[in-house]
Amino acid sequence: MNPTLTKSEPQPVRNGGGGAPRVEYATPPANILESKDGYVLEAEMPGVSKDGLEVTVENGELTILGRRTAAQPKGREVYRESRQVDFRRSFELDPSIDTAKITAKIDQGVLTLHLPKAEAVKPRKIAVNS
Amino acid sequence: MSLIRYQAPQLSNWPSFDRLSSLRNDLDRLFDLSWSGRDSGLFSGWSPALDVFDEKDHFVVNAELPGMKKEEIELSFQDGVLSISGERKQSTEKTEGETYRSERYFGKFQRSVTLPVAVDSSKISASYKDGILSVTLPKSEAAKPKQIQVNVA
Repeated sequence: MNPTLTKSEPQPVRNGGGGAPRVEYATPPANILESKDGYVLEAEMPGVSKDGLEVTVENGELTILGRRTAAQPKGREVYRESRQVDFRRSFELDPSIDTAKITAKIDQGVLTLHLPKAEAVKPRKIAVNS
Repeated sequence: MSLIRYQAPQLSNWPSFDRLSSLRNDLDRLFDLSWSGRDSGLFSGWSPALDVFDEKDHFVVNAELPGMKKEEIELSFQDGVLSISGERKQSTEKTEGETYRSERYFGKFQRSVTLPVAVDSSKISASYKDGILSVTLPKSEAAKPKQIQVNVA
């Protein structure tokens, strides 16, 4: 078993010094699939466009941050279920992932990341010479 | 006075809490359920978050529906009730590899909301952007708030 892409809990970020209110984030639901060449990660962040998106890789940890860019209606709120908070989630990366080749796109509120494995770790067929 | 059904806001990531808040929807769904299988949505359903705003001369109903195609969303309006339904299909090409995390819901959903005053059903419009469906429902002339000038002699 190879424990890849284990989720680490989103770290609440503090504004400035102690006593400042905590910034609250929603955890976007995510799917992670592995293929021969790498991993595909999809995360749901409704209301987030390309401009509100930040994807960072640091110390083997991938962090996705989505800021809601959609304008809220100004009228009286009759009824609300959505949480108007930004999305944030971190994932620990499998060391086999080539971080330089990670690509991201967002379409209708779903972020799709392609995380290719480094050439060295891809499965390779070796021809046997008789 | 609004006649909109109360549902607890979905503040939790716990699926069981979501289930509670969408219990009413599930019950609604029970009656036209075909028991088509595991994706029937009764106990594993998807209940997209709905917001309703009163903008004086119209209502705005927003629904969070990330990752759908415009054609997969169905809207209907009857007897003062706006219904949003559809089916989200898994878009990712099937890979032979392993699934590490599967938190997104695919399948059918249905939500409806009763508007508190009459709306002009012929002028309802909708847009879908960044995974949010936004429906604009203009109030009927009779239901629009009017300012009445009172002249004091």
